[in-house]
Amino acid sequence: GDKALDGYSKKKYVCKLLFIFLLGHDIDFGHMEAVNLLSSNKYTEKQIGYLFISVLVNSNSELIRLINNAIKNDLASRNPTFMGLALHCIANVGSREMAEAFAADIPKILVAGDTMDSVKQSAALCLLRLYRTSPDLVPMGEWTSRVVHLLNDQHLGVVTAATSLITTLAQKNPDEFKTSVSLAVSRLSRIVTSASTDLQDYTYYFVPAPWLSVKLLRLLQCYPPPEEPAVRGRLTECLETILNKAQEPPKSKKVQHSNAKNAVLFEAISLIIHHDSEPNLLVRACNQLGQFLQHRETNLRYLALESMCTLASSEFSHEAVKTHIETVINALKTERDVSVRQRAVDLLYGMCDRSNAQQIVAEMLNYLETADYSIREEIVLKVAILAEKYAVDYTWYVDTILNLIRIAGDYVSEEVWYRVIQIVINRDDVQGYAAKTVFEALQAPACHENLVKVGGYILGEFGNLIAGDPRSSPLIQFNLLHSKFHLCSVPTRALLLSTYIKFVNLFPEIKGTIQDVLRSDSQLKNSDVELQQRAVEYLRLSSIASTDILATVLEEMPPFPERESSILAKLKRKKGPGTLPDLEDTKKEKHVDVNGGTEPVTAVNASNVSTPSPSADLLGLGVAPSQNSAHPPSSGGSLLVDVFSDVVPSVAPLAPSAEENFERHMSGHCPLLECCCASPDLPSTEVVTEEPPAVPVHDADELIDKFICKNNGVLFENQLLQIGLKSEFRQNLGRMYVFYGNKTSTQFLSFAPNVICPDGLQSELNIQAKPVDPVIEGGAQVQQVVNIECVSEFVEAPVLNIQFRYGGALQNISVKLPITLNKFFQPTEMLSQDFFQRWKQLSSPQQEVQNIFKARHPMDPEVTKAKIIGFGVALLEGVDPNPENFVGAGIIHTKTIQVGCLLRLEPNTQAQMYRLTLRTSREVVSQRLCKLLSEQF
Amino acid sequence: MQFMLLFSRQGKLRLQKWYIPLSDKEKKKITRELVQTVLARKPKMCSFLEWRDLKIVYKRYASLYFCCAIEDQDNELITLEIIHRYVELLDKYFGSVCELDIIFNFEKAYFILDEFLLGGEVQETSKKNVLKAIEQADLLQESQNEDWGGISSDDIL
Repeated sequence: GDKALDGYSKKKYVCKLLFIFLLGHDIDFGHMEAVNLLSSNKYTEKQIGYLFISVLVNSNSELIRLINNAIKNDLASRNPTFMGLALHCIANVGSREMAEAFAADIPKILVAGDTMDSVKQSAALCLLRLYRTSPDLVPMGEWTSRVVHLLNDQHLGVVTAATSLITTLAQKNPDEFKTSVSLAVSRLSRIVTSASTDLQDYTYYFVPAPWLSVKLLRLLQCYPPPEEPAVRGRLTECLETILNKAQEPPKSKKVQHSNAKNAVLFEAISLIIHHDSEPNLLVRACNQLGQFLQHRETNLRYLALESMCTLASSEFSHEAVKTHIETVINALKTERDVSVRQRAVDLLYGMCDRSNAQQIVAEMLNYLETADYSIREEIVLKVAILAEKYAVDYTWYVDTILNLIRIAGDYVSEEVWYRVIQIVINRDDVQGYAAKTVFEALQAPACHENLVKVGGYILGEFGNLIAGDPRSSPLIQFNLLHSKFHLCSVPTRALLLSTYIKFVNLFPEIKGTIQDVLRSDSQLKNSDVELQQRAVEYLRLSSIASTDILATVLEEMPPFPERESSILAKLKRKKGPGTLPDLEDTKKEKHVDVNGGTEPVTAVNASNVSTPSPSADLLGLGVAPSQNSAHPPSSGGSLLVDVFSDVVPSVAPLAPSAEENFERHMSGHCPLLECCCASPDLPSTEVVTEEPPAVPVHDADELIDKFICKNNGVLFENQLLQIGLKSEFRQNLGRMYVFYGNKTSTQFLSFAPNVICPDGLQSELNIQAKPVDPVIEGGAQVQQVVNIECVSEFVEAPVLNIQFRYGGALQNISVKLPITLNKFFQPTEMLSQDFFQRWKQLSSPQQEVQNIFKARHPMDPEVTKAKIIGFGVALLEGVDPNPENFVGAGIIHTKTIQVGCLLRLEPNTQAQMYRLTLRTSREVVSQRLCKLLSEQF
Repeated sequence: MQFMLLFSRQGKLRLQKWYIPLSDKEKKKITRELVQTVLARKPKMCSFLEWRDLKIVYKRYASLYFCCAIEDQDNELITLEIIHRYVELLDKYFGSVCELDIIFNFEKAYFILDEFLLGGEVQETSKKNVLKAIEQADLLQESQNEDWGGISSDDIL
């Protein structure tokens, strides 16, 4: 009977429950009592109630409603202590329900003139927490500009809290918070030039406001270097002052003094690296970090190594970083803490270039022998990448990788040995050397299984290149490999069997020996199905096929298509994006990559997606009439099934599948499989990077125009084939379902659709097309999934090229895929006032594009509205004083940037003309969008 | 900052503060894993380590470990000083703080933390201001106790 409990006992028991919980036991009652305490008028009871809720609440929706009620009352109480408690509670729980209830009120509290400083601080961070959990629920608005001005507040505590909030908001809405840059610079400048006593309690061990300084420097990292010369000059002065102060003799021996001072220094260096525009500062930063490399504080050595790693990626400071190579190598050998050694490895990797690659790779290999198990795999990957990237001489590369396998065979992942084989196959100048080297390495009595795999594969391809030497005659090669056979795992044995059949072709003289081995019981009756099948098939093949056929079937592997090194991809996965200095992009190397381009082209996915279509929702009956299609489905053509229904296959992750591709090439099965599929019409889809084939692209832009304001419809149709589209876009990602309908009663064979990105577009759009079944039955339909990622703004459209055989004749069709920039719009609702404020901000001549054009369709306001909404922007009512005009706003999402966009369309019915005006922060975006939309009316 | 944990040399959790939404199960798993990792480290090792995709910053004060998880772009050294400032605040409030103070006055430890850090960000770095807020609350508590004892009142303020 908790009715008998008075407030004091309730508080006492809730507090005890909390204590029990904090000792590590589960608590599943008492929540209600805690909620009751919230509405108590006694401060201590309320306080304990809030603490319980903050620590223990889970999103039990029933309770949250009650809690929210109590919070609402306290927020409205105008009692700063109660308001503080309520705000702390919101910030601690930060659930979506709370965001829904309070996200709109807190900005008001934050900017109200009469709010106490301490409440302002809590409100700022409370809002920050809500924005992190539910950014969509925190409306930007008039308050944002007032928040920016909190950077000028007299109370440093308020500035500290506000800076955190502004930094987080500015990351997502850079344009909105642009004015914070100059305010932050002047605040920072006042702090760094102040005497250590000026800021009173905000000075920490003789360092003025270190927390605030760090936060301001973080905020500035949301923006490029300030454009205004005065601001820029002032910032450079600040940064110089910080670098100078770091060199001054310490004002205190306490570690807190040095930590606080260096915290600011490291953050300043981060900003210098972020701007990457002041060679002077970059080199100075590098020198100061160099001093830390031998500091007696482990923490500083760690951070110096870490920070230098990012400096190595700047072209201005790369050389300066390289001068520290000996110190870093020494750190690798002498540091006692593995996490510091790890940083040293990272830095060596970062500073590596052609000039020092041999030394660094040798040191890393050296270190690998004694390295901690936890970091071996990563070092192996790094060595493999550096060896490949900076190899001038491929014999060095082959030696290095074989060394890797020798030293750390267990840590050499499949990607690494796949890669060495790829490279050997693609470069004929190294094949003989590789064969000789693996042959020698295999002589060792105990060698790692990975070496057997590499050796087996390479000798199978290029064993003939060393067969002239009597010491490595065919029979010796074969016996050497076969001596390892029984110690190997099943996949390796399978690979060796393929090597043997390749030997039959390379060396007819030992065919008999090999057949004997294949014929033995241990092979033909092997309990493993895969091995048994290979033995049977290979034996049969070797007995019945003529020399010519054998030579064709067992021909040398064709060169591998170039793509991003799978090792690099693996390392990126291991380290997570962003943490790995990307040698390719950032260092701006002048020399050509050794192995041709390494554009991150996502490769083929092996899974087949095809939908045979028994249940037909005929296109013509359902949605088609309203589709306004330029290609009305012919009577026999309503084959497209389900294109416009809402049944969308479950969404698969956009994962690159380089390995699967390797599997296909490399699994022991390859020799046979490859030659079966080696016909030019490979039944898979690749994103081809070469020139588009010389096929006329079907009246390109008209087809695209049709899809600008809608996502579904028929893309193409002729007597044979109908192509339907259904697509969905969210932020910078998109997925397109392409439906291929066979309108004939005959099979399409070798059906191969390719998505081709013209030069330039490859870096702007990532397109991954799933493979489709190479056969489409008469009257049937298959579906292909195309995943799209918009990396940056783009103009061109990718081309869909389709080849297939119909009744013996090769058909070739190319159409542009309607992937246009506006597909990546997210609509933005805003009020008239905000609209015009932003409109004015975007007033420079490059930002605005205007087009006046004649109406091509009847001027119907309802149709126009629908088109503007279909274009992707929010249609804003009541913004334009003239109700005839249309106004819209939206944000283009790309992986790299977001571009806010405002548009205005003014129809003139008398003249049958339109005037369209677009304003965005980027000229090319304004132009592209204007062109796209103008075609619609 | 994503979370802060205080635990003893014996691995007993003394205070936990989470600034990201996680289930109880995940919290327990993370705590177990981190306590183990940090306790296994030797005294002279550096105070930072990479853990999952976060950075861990920790420091030992007497029998207690203070351990913060921050994000990749956050500043390690300033986080180390966040820990130190929090210890200073506790020390000032309790008068040379020890583990028992935090065990038996855990609510104060939380209140002080909330005044200093909110939503994972520094709210107020001035020692004076933080302690002033806590002392005011204590005063409120005492005056209420004197004036009204256990009797409830409709309107206190």
